[in-house]
Amino acid sequence: MIFALTVFAADTPFEFESPAQQAQYQRLLEELRCLVCQNQSLADSHADLAQDLRDEVYSMLGEGKTNDEIREFMVARYGDFVLYKPPIKSSTTLLWFGPFILIFLAGFAVWRAVTRQKKAPQDLTEQEREFVEKLRNETPTSKEDSLQAKLRANDSNRDAPPIKPGNEP
Amino acid sequence: MNRYLIPAVIFIGLVAILGVGLNLDPRHVPSPLIGKPLPSFSLASLYEPDRSISETTFLGKPRLLNVWASWCSACVVEHPLLIALAQQKNVEIFGLNYKDEPRKAEAWLKKHNNPYKSIIVDPEGDLGLDLGVYGVPETFVIDKLGIIRYKQVGPLDNQAIEEIILPLLDELS
Repeated sequence: MIFALTVFAADTPFEFESPAQQAQYQRLLEELRCLVCQNQSLADSHADLAQDLRDEVYSMLGEGKTNDEIREFMVARYGDFVLYKPPIKSSTTLLWFGPFILIFLAGFAVWRAVTRQKKAPQDLTEQEREFVEKLRNETPTSKEDSLQAKLRANDSNRDAPPIKPGNEP
Repeated sequence: MNRYLIPAVIFIGLVAILGVGLNLDPRHVPSPLIGKPLPSFSLASLYEPDRSISETTFLGKPRLLNVWASWCSACVVEHPLLIALAQQKNVEIFGLNYKDEPRKAEAWLKKHNNPYKSIIVDPEGDLGLDLGVYGVPETFVIDKLGIIRYKQVGPLDNQAIEEIILPLLDELS
């Protein structure tokens, strides 16, 4: 008993020897690009050339060719662009690995920026620590005291009476 | 100043890459057949019903192989350039009549003149498929050993002829 299966691929109905062959045909069509309507696969495109190439895939499957042989056939004539999954070779390394490299670089830049902000006190040198201590000891603890301190420093250069709150000119 | 240096460099780099990309034509698919011999074929010759043309017909002299059809409008635009090449520059041009009907092809040539030494009749597009033809017109430069040396996708123009085709044909003679 021969089971005849038909499937409609955009235009022409084909008969397949088995459901497996039909599935193989459909998968291949979805992997191959239509060169005319370049954003469509052979499964979707209505272009004349797409129909020709579907015919070719169908007859090659009928001859018992493997998926690899069919892909090779297409690439030999149309180049790597005909495959939706470009092969990994020297010319496509940037295409395949570029995004990961960029993510890595960006992540590294972010890490650098974040860790730079968190500089702990013990990172100060001996000299810097002494300076900070000195400032702490000299600085008055209240705002009014600090104003008096500034004015006192100013007064030491003149003979006028010190300015107190209440008798400002 | 240093703070802006690295982002500026990255920016300029991006602009350069994107600028190159924008100037590329995504419809132009480079041919994997450059440097490879013509595929073997045996097809009828228009006007010469008793003769057949094969890849061996191309041996001995560099030629152009122009893929055309009577239904192709861009072919009308490039055709005068082919006539000029054949008549003024003595370039030998073979035609590949692609997915066409011989009667319509003959009528078209009568109307637009015939620059071709011989015309291969490929009604099913079999040779076209083996040549990786995906649009019409396309023009191949074939050397005297039958090796494909260059493929012009789309109609020929003066720039392609002056800058690529004629120098290449000179080199191949």
